[in-house]
Amino acid sequence: MSSYEARFKVWRGDVEGGGLEDFAVEVNDGEVVLDIIHRLQATQAPDLAVRWNCKAGKCGSCSAEVNGRPRLMCMTRMSVFDRDETITVTPLRAFPVIRDLVTDVGFNYTKARQVPAFVPPEGLGPGEYRMMQEDVDRSQEFRKCIECFLCQDTCHVVRDHEENKPAFAGPRFLMRVAELDMHPLDAAEEAGLDRRRTAQDEHGLGYCNITKCCTEVCPEGIKITDNALIPLKERTVDRKYDPLVWLGSKIGRRSSAG
Amino acid sequence: MVDRQEWDVVVVGAGGAGLRAAIEARERGARTAVICKSLFGKAHTVMAEGGIAAAMGNVNAGDNWQVHFRDTMRGGKFLNQWRMAELHAQEAPQRVWELETWGALFDRTKDGRISQRNFGGHEYPRLAHVGDRTGLELIRTLQQKIVALQQEDFRETGDYEARLKVFQECTVTRVLKDGERVSGVFGYERESGRFFVLEAPAVVIATGGIGKSFKVTSNSWEYTGDGHALALLAGAPLLNMEFVQFHPTGMVWPPSVKGILVTESVRGDGGVLRDSGGRRFMFDYVPDVFKDKYAESEEEADRWYDDPDHNRRPPELLPRDEVARAINAEVKAGRGSPHGGVFLDVSTRMPAEVIKRRLPSMYHQFKELADVDITAEPMEVGPTCHYVMGGIAVDSDSAAARGVPGLFAAGEVAGGMHGSNRLGGNSLSDLLVFGRRAGWHAAEYASGRAAARPRVDDAQIDAAAAEALRPFSAESGEPAEGPPENPYTLHQELQQTMNDLVGIIRREPEMKQALEKLGELRVRARRAGVEGHRQFNPGWHLALDLRNMLLVSECVARAALERTESRGGHTREDHAAMDRAWRNVNLLCALTDPTGGLAATDPVRGQITLARETTEPIRPDLLALFEKEELVKYLAEEELYE
Amino acid sequence: MATGTEPPATEPRPRSGGVTAGTRAAIDAPHLRTDRWWLAPAATAAGLLAFVVYSTWRAFANADYYAAPYVSPFYSPCLAENCVPMKAGPNWEIFGSWWGISPAIIILIFPLGFRLTCYYYRKAYYRGFWASPPACAVAEPHRKYTGETRFPLILQNIHRYFFYAAVPVAVILTYDTVLAFRDERYDWGHMGLGTLVFLVNIVLIWAYTLSCHSCRHIVGGKLKHFSRHPVRYRMWQWVSRLNARHMQLAWASLLSVALADLYVYLVASGAFDDPRFF
Repeated sequence: MSSYEARFKVWRGDVEGGGLEDFAVEVNDGEVVLDIIHRLQATQAPDLAVRWNCKAGKCGSCSAEVNGRPRLMCMTRMSVFDRDETITVTPLRAFPVIRDLVTDVGFNYTKARQVPAFVPPEGLGPGEYRMMQEDVDRSQEFRKCIECFLCQDTCHVVRDHEENKPAFAGPRFLMRVAELDMHPLDAAEEAGLDRRRTAQDEHGLGYCNITKCCTEVCPEGIKITDNALIPLKERTVDRKYDPLVWLGSKIGRRSSAG
Repeated sequence: MVDRQEWDVVVVGAGGAGLRAAIEARERGARTAVICKSLFGKAHTVMAEGGIAAAMGNVNAGDNWQVHFRDTMRGGKFLNQWRMAELHAQEAPQRVWELETWGALFDRTKDGRISQRNFGGHEYPRLAHVGDRTGLELIRTLQQKIVALQQEDFRETGDYEARLKVFQECTVTRVLKDGERVSGVFGYERESGRFFVLEAPAVVIATGGIGKSFKVTSNSWEYTGDGHALALLAGAPLLNMEFVQFHPTGMVWPPSVKGILVTESVRGDGGVLRDSGGRRFMFDYVPDVFKDKYAESEEEADRWYDDPDHNRRPPELLPRDEVARAINAEVKAGRGSPHGGVFLDVSTRMPAEVIKRRLPSMYHQFKELADVDITAEPMEVGPTCHYVMGGIAVDSDSAAARGVPGLFAAGEVAGGMHGSNRLGGNSLSDLLVFGRRAGWHAAEYASGRAAARPRVDDAQIDAAAAEALRPFSAESGEPAEGPPENPYTLHQELQQTMNDLVGIIRREPEMKQALEKLGELRVRARRAGVEGHRQFNPGWHLALDLRNMLLVSECVARAALERTESRGGHTREDHAAMDRAWRNVNLLCALTDPTGGLAATDPVRGQITLARETTEPIRPDLLALFEKEELVKYLAEEELYE
Repeated sequence: MATGTEPPATEPRPRSGGVTAGTRAAIDAPHLRTDRWWLAPAATAAGLLAFVVYSTWRAFANADYYAAPYVSPFYSPCLAENCVPMKAGPNWEIFGSWWGISPAIIILIFPLGFRLTCYYYRKAYYRGFWASPPACAVAEPHRKYTGETRFPLILQNIHRYFFYAAVPVAVILTYDTVLAFRDERYDWGHMGLGTLVFLVNIVLIWAYTLSCHSCRHIVGGKLKHFSRHPVRYRMWQWVSRLNARHMQLAWASLLSVALADLYVYLVASGAFDDPRFF
């Protein structure tokens, strides 16, 4: 058991303004950044605002930027830093700040509402659903998402361009579209909803330039770009940019959904 | 000054039970508001790993609700509110299937149905699951169902929140009343610190548990017993609060993750417990009643994994309470691991790749948080406060709290369903079954009262606001009372007290000492002061939560002191045996001062009054599901011959 | 306080801009990263640039691309009359005699287009050359961003057509590799160091081509029910495994194709003698 004193810079302030405040704080073996923030609360800054819940990387509440990188504070071990390194903790920089490390993540909840929900197939009651494991594997990967919104925060489409927010759903919710489009029993198409087309037209899939930062920051290790966004782009191409597929579906041989 | 809104049903808490209640209330036509302390979708339900217990019989067709009911009653040592256990077992499959129609994707069987897994105490494979993240799937599905309903309302009215609205990051501090009846809730927005009142004839409490009163816990900061306290303050009694489940295996090191759960599947898959000398100590702790069901030698125990029909189970798979007690005893005897736990080893039991495949999240949890490679070295584990079986006393069918018309409760905050000990997997199904029932009956109750909405009393609002603002004036408070107290320090002392004195193993003098300490903390908590302003101020939030934690802690300590037997989640060193005479006794906690003003209560006598109550006899057709020989172990003579 | 649809209490200052925009936490620095975040984009840019320079020189050189039995992959198939004759080799004079410049240009357009619209290379050059973004959580230097929503970048959506074209090219390069099992007098059953270079190259070319995201979509990714198409599901799984290595394969095949060409150049220009094994 060894402890040492670490130097921290923590952003404090609100929408009116603020700045990085210096702290010297004790660090013990095995601690994570969130522990240090809690120690600051308990000893030096009782009103330091921070969100957290499970402390085990399962709820996705304690998202922040540590040394400029979007991370979960509960999963960032102090041992990855040098002892003489100053550690900078700031709130997520893609969203409006509320106070200290807490930001207004309402953007994400607004986007969540804009993705039409699962459409249950007609004629199947509860208990009658039959789905094969290989058919649910893909969507299950996306449902591992803990909604920490780190991907939404790091994505340069909205991080660097506030004006794109209305048009772009962000990786998390494009992945939601992909999840539903790959759901074996989603009956959106029968109900007249073309998820592939709306991905491009309504959720801004075209803004994504697949630079993979969302995949890099995902604490759940979901391959957002390779498994959700690119397949969704390909599915959109089927609908919008592939005359062969278009012709095929017009002739009515068989739907591309298989 | 205080923002007021009118709703039909207000649900406090947005975990599994709260969201299920809100969905039901809204679908039955009630305008429903949900209030939660965290962001929408972050509730503690996400932590659940194992699965949802429901007798669908997908894996073993022999399963049905009667078997599930039997398992639940056995697990709870027959103290369960049997009608709840019955409804739970009957309705759980329907609740799980319903999730599929809302988009949930469970792991599948070969023929495409929902796969079910084995778990402690369940006779058949029964837990619907998604890997080891079932709770996340549950909360996300309910969240997305709520969004679906909001989209429906948007299409109709142009407003997403016309009939169903989530007030996230808000805390309720008081349930308001009009005479006997509920009239709404008072709370504050965490973000701005602004107060608000939601007027409603029906309030559903679904706030979860009380784990944050204990030092070592698998629970998150939200688990401060808010709902328990709200109900108490509103005049509703709490039931059997002495029953607190300590999960035997939580992480003990590093300190930052102490208490985080190590899933039961580790032992189910072959993990063994060892002391510092490398001995498998569990063989020393098999109680007499289980002697014929558990192996006596390591050789026999090891054969069980491959041939369960001809060998007895390894003692590592004893019920949670037994294992937790054994670990506790080993550590006390000085045979613990360096960081005060014992060793849980899978590394010598399975090849590395099998461990990684079967226990992926455990592998990562230890790798990332403790720098321990569980495929190469043992884990260090110790008991952790996990769940409270006790809670608000409710009517089994309607989830209505006793004594307060318009108040409902569901989920962990409600008592009775699990008796003295909860089986793994039964909590998620509990949330769904009774969440739905609470929402249904709350909506029905509210629509019956639509014409005569209860009146919200301004005086109550002012009193609640004054109570909530008290920590800000404590800094400059009357000097006679003493210096202001740091809420963080008070919280740590409370957790230490409960952990050491009302923990896994309980003794009369220690519990008396705990009650004294709680009295002292209660006096000091009145001086809990905070710095800064009302906008997102965690110090202030904690100061307010302290009231709730102190109330429920006193309930736990008083009830534990009163029950002079050991049963399930309540272990007395001085009364080590289960006593059949206690089988049909419920302990009810109520507020001593029925006006709900806490200031006037006696610091020594405390705030809680206990009452004993004899439970309703178990219905004969349900009793008939058990063998006579088994019932003899639990039921008193006179109960048997009625 | 509700789930985020209410406007914030204070009217945000500017409605555009990035991390320094009005409502965000007031931090002036475009990023606070302390690691060497610039290294990856710089290395990518350098690597791509080196290839572009080399391949441009070689494509326009119109010389030293054939040394029996090896033909440079840059010049295969050779489709104009001005090609060097290669016995049984891939020269088909489709373009006739009017084509005056290097015949490599005709065919290189396809692999070039394939790689230019490739999902991996897009990431690489968006980051490396266009700094959009230079690295994760590092502010990009552009005032506006429309991504791949409009011309010309919307054309990235035609990637699958280049995939369709890349397959026959890979077939022809396979043919070239088979031809490399001859000696310089066109006798079969021989091998030299060049044959080995060609073998490695063609394996990497195929691995890269088949690991393409469009290919993954076409073989099975587009399906809704894998369970109803077991064969395509198996193929999809196989392609998915390759696809996970798409970046590595992109670089490896880029390097190998350049090396194969360089090898032919060295042998053809007489700078190096192809060591024969048998």
